[in-house]
Amino acid sequence: MSQIEEIRRQVMWNRLISVVEEQALTLIRTAFSTSVREAGDLSAGVFDPEGRMIAQAVTGTPGHVNTMEAAVRNFLDVFPEEERLEGDDWITNDPWLGTGHLHDITMVSPSFYKGRLVGYFACTAHVVDVGGRGFGADGKSVYEEGIQIPIMKFADAGVVNRELLRLLEVNLREPGQVIGDCYSLAACNQVGHRRLVDMLDESGMDDLSGLAEFIFARSEAATMERINALPAGRYENAMRVDGYDEPLDLKVALTIGNEGVHADYEGTSGESRWGINVPLIYAKAYTAYGLKCAIAPDIPNNTASLAPFTVSAPPGSIVNAQRPAPVALRHVVGQMLPDVVFGALEQALPGHVPAEGASSLWNVHFSLRPAGGGQGRRAEVLMFNSGGTGARPELDGLNATAFPSGVMTMPIEATEHTGPIVFWRKELRPGSGGAGRSRGGLGQVLEIEAAPGYEFDFSAMFDRCRHPARGRAGGGEGGNGVVRLDDGTELKPKGWQHVPAGRKLILEAAGGAGYGPAAERPAEKIRADLEGGYVTEDEVRAKYGRDPAELQEASED
Amino acid sequence: MGGDRLSAARLGADIGGTFTDLALEVDGAIYSAKVLTNYAAPEQAILDGTKVVCERAGIDPSAIGIVIHGTTLATNALIERRGAKTALVTTEGFRDVIEMRTESRFDQYDLNIVLPTPLIPRQDRLTIGGRIGADGTELRPLDEAALDGLAETIAARGYRSVAIGLIHSYANPAHERRVREVLEAKLPGVSFSISSEVSPQMREYERFNTVCANAYVRPMMADYLARLESRIGELGIEAPLYLIHSGGGLINVETAMAFPVRLVESGPAGGAIFAADLARRLGLDRVLSFDMGGTTAKICLVDDATPRTARTFEVARTARFAKGSGMPISIPVIEMIEIGAGGGSLAAVDAMSRITVGPESAGSEPGPACYGRGGTRPAITDADVILGRIDPGNFAGGAMTLDAEASRSAVSEHVGSRLGLDAEAAAFGIAEVVDENMANAARVHAVESGKDISGYTMVAFGGAAPLHAQRLCTKLGVDRLVVPPGAGVGSAIGFLRAPFAYEAVRSQLVRLHEWDDAEVAGILSDLTEQASSFVGEQATRVERTAFMRYAGQGWEIPVILPEGAVDRDRLNEDFRAAYTRFFGRPIEGGVTVEVVTWSVNVAADADAAPPVGTRGATGDVAKPATRQVFDAGEGAFIETGIVEREALSPGDGVAGPAIVVERETATVIAPGWRAVMQDEGSLLIERVAS
Repeated sequence: MSQIEEIRRQVMWNRLISVVEEQALTLIRTAFSTSVREAGDLSAGVFDPEGRMIAQAVTGTPGHVNTMEAAVRNFLDVFPEEERLEGDDWITNDPWLGTGHLHDITMVSPSFYKGRLVGYFACTAHVVDVGGRGFGADGKSVYEEGIQIPIMKFADAGVVNRELLRLLEVNLREPGQVIGDCYSLAACNQVGHRRLVDMLDESGMDDLSGLAEFIFARSEAATMERINALPAGRYENAMRVDGYDEPLDLKVALTIGNEGVHADYEGTSGESRWGINVPLIYAKAYTAYGLKCAIAPDIPNNTASLAPFTVSAPPGSIVNAQRPAPVALRHVVGQMLPDVVFGALEQALPGHVPAEGASSLWNVHFSLRPAGGGQGRRAEVLMFNSGGTGARPELDGLNATAFPSGVMTMPIEATEHTGPIVFWRKELRPGSGGAGRSRGGLGQVLEIEAAPGYEFDFSAMFDRCRHPARGRAGGGEGGNGVVRLDDGTELKPKGWQHVPAGRKLILEAAGGAGYGPAAERPAEKIRADLEGGYVTEDEVRAKYGRDPAELQEASED
Repeated sequence: MGGDRLSAARLGADIGGTFTDLALEVDGAIYSAKVLTNYAAPEQAILDGTKVVCERAGIDPSAIGIVIHGTTLATNALIERRGAKTALVTTEGFRDVIEMRTESRFDQYDLNIVLPTPLIPRQDRLTIGGRIGADGTELRPLDEAALDGLAETIAARGYRSVAIGLIHSYANPAHERRVREVLEAKLPGVSFSISSEVSPQMREYERFNTVCANAYVRPMMADYLARLESRIGELGIEAPLYLIHSGGGLINVETAMAFPVRLVESGPAGGAIFAADLARRLGLDRVLSFDMGGTTAKICLVDDATPRTARTFEVARTARFAKGSGMPISIPVIEMIEIGAGGGSLAAVDAMSRITVGPESAGSEPGPACYGRGGTRPAITDADVILGRIDPGNFAGGAMTLDAEASRSAVSEHVGSRLGLDAEAAAFGIAEVVDENMANAARVHAVESGKDISGYTMVAFGGAAPLHAQRLCTKLGVDRLVVPPGAGVGSAIGFLRAPFAYEAVRSQLVRLHEWDDAEVAGILSDLTEQASSFVGEQATRVERTAFMRYAGQGWEIPVILPEGAVDRDRLNEDFRAAYTRFFGRPIEGGVTVEVVTWSVNVAADADAAPPVGTRGATGDVAKPATRQVFDAGEGAFIETGIVEREALSPGDGVAGPAIVVERETATVIAPGWRAVMQDEGSLLIERVAS
């Protein structure tokens, strides 16, 4: 390759990443789904004709990022070459072939240049409704969780499949918004395609094959260089989480070798009767995410940079759930996997990974209706909330911040416009950050009531209520989550429950754990925490072994 | 002012991070000066510079009829956290809104990410009982009894400024006003800012942050503006002082003192107005403003000689200009993207053996390696030297000799040797990567605005822009480029072209199927009255905009309202047309359409030079000198003509490959392109039809 050619390929790599970024932005601009547009629960990417991911938008969340990488090849298995037509858009929400639950719709569109198939654009979005029992853990099987869209054509050579739309119209509570999102997904791929055509025109390339090989070779080499710098060996870790009705053990054995890093979940608990099961495709996504964060955070996602990270799990375990297991809330368990992996990595790379955090999002789905069967507005409201992240070796954990998920929360003022609901409190939860040399991130407290004259049911999907985040290197536990009513009634952390008119639901999201012994925390940091009310005086006495009054005096001297 | 403004001299003053620029216009001629910014007494630099330009123009300061000022002081105070000791009073239960932000991380993969620190620390965030609902009704009365205690706390802790931000106050400001009324009476000398006045838009995180920022910089900015007003008076200037605001219009000193957050980003706004004015004079309806200086590049779309505006932006980004790493400010603002790409931006090689450029910058100290001031890492300027675009022996009009060897060794050591490239190829790689980054940013910006960039004309200004603009045009498919004169003080000149304008914005949800003519008319007349009161009697233009979406979407698109009463069906049609323009096709199936936010912009147009249009070449000039310059299209050095800009007369053509050299910069013209000197002094560079 000539020197100039080397530079042109580097520049086109940048361009391709910009192309998929435009693709993702289009989805955010047009989506109906709150989780896409407000929370960034989406992903977008470009693939070569063999279904290998060449580039992916930085915008997006890990659960989609890495699942979509595998999903596109499943589409190619269904459509033989002669059925891949210009103007096609292919769709599915199959949890095992797509991104892990029915609420995610994946759209793949073949991209043609000068009459020849040069690749695919794919994108995924979480939609507001898929029919069935709604977004909760209560389905006994995937059949109860909503309508299943097998891999099929949403548009055939540019003509939208009206029969599919009619089917969706009668099966969904919010057909307008979901169908709108299908159009948005197709539009987003279309934008990617148009930009790709511009890029090929300008660069004089006929297809992406040369560029793809360049990107793959560079990415693989860079990733393997990082992996080869790790001490080879086998590292194990286990973590217990709440589960639905009984605790779950998540066990991993990490093998680091010159081929890559393999995570095996042998010994992990079996499938749950409730919808918190995880298809393997999603378990792989969050495992690879955790590994990449710790080992190769700066290397862009593509098939080659993800390939060295492999995952296996026994079929029928909760992280390799088999059809037709219910999987709607697969994120609750799936988002715990980076913590499981970090625990093993800590042995290979001491002082590198954070302590355990709240990790699973504290999402809530509200179903509001007039109290006592009266007439009035009904509304479905979904909101995202985060607990605290685990403390880092040199830095405190992040207060009320999503990790590993990449989603954002919505403004309370916007949420209150979507239904008859009032939030009386959404605030940090003092004392919930695990003690340590670095303190864990604080969780948050929410107080929620139906507007006067209304009552609601809510779908609880919370973890770390009975098994809080554990500290690392001598750090303390994070505060456990609490779900209750304002009259003191304790509620379950999972499942649909009722909140009568006039009662407030109180959610105390879990905190992150601490890193290092609390005794080593510098006095001025404890003092600053006291001043801001991030820790309580009792906590300082009990967990840090310090007298708050003395700390205060010391600062005044 | 009206009549005075026409006849008298006009002074524009732009305080930037490094330089304070002055532009004085007397009878259509511009006199400019650049002096170092004085951090301790920013007004001093204005006075010094004013004396210089007045001397150059041969007028007495008392002849100045208007002073228009823009400054980064408010922005810098936010970035450097040098504001007043400020408290936030907010709704009970919502103490941490500005700290919890969006509960997300701006970088997905960095385990050691550091989130931006809230402007007001937790111990300075106080709460008060009482609650307004989403529809503006009172859910719980204000806790009047607690206000006494609140006042005592504020007095005891010595807060100089107080921000008041309550939930849903954009829908009903009664509680915010009452809190201010009670506290103001008890706390003389403390300044109060309320969110329903500073930024009456839905979304508590953005609104609270905006009112906090306003309160935080207010005492300092009020003091500064008062000092400035009295000092220019001492100089003999009796003219009124106006401030340029972030939306690109002018406001008087009293308004600026009350809402100093509106001054954030006023300097860059001047640059966009500069480009807009040029677009108007040359008759260009679609312009891409490209301003590239020492550390950053700014790109803005200017349609119909009007820069695009937005209702929210982010300042003080802490991490590599990453979206989400700063603080949101929701006020009308000229919408532009800023990326870390300037002459001083440094190049490196990443783990994938890819060249990266910026946002880290060598600044002016030590500067690029070729400055010979101790910089050893390669900057964009070093690449430009190696590629022959900058003549090392004639930099800044010969004021400085550059060390080309230092450029070569920096580029070779940090980029070339790591990739097996010679210095020339490595320099080409650096230039290509930065040009590509800027082109990508421009493209994404256009997508976000629903525009196709290829039909635009680029206007390039700032020291580094003319060196890179032409390549950028090629990458963007843009066929026309304008390099104006006076590009070095573009913002200050832009101030002189700014309209007296004010945009009033309010969130009020109106669904089309629940439309009420009277309600809509009421909203619009309130906003028009509010905006008009800032502009005064000279108002000549009123533009009303509805920000609309399908109910359920989270992103609104602007729809311009026609004059007179708003017709619902017409509005629905206009929305569908606008939506189609952005996203290809409207959504079928009876989804509700709604207006989320309303805005009214009232303007009195500045006195403007008449349009002149563009002209063709009367003939190509001879090129007195040549040298070898790298051409990105050819991928090789080619013989390139060198022409002095000062030597060109209107109508003179310069065929590429050529470089037009001027004191502050040089304009690169590629083969297949041709520059023509315009009557008003700009270079118009166009692709020659092949």
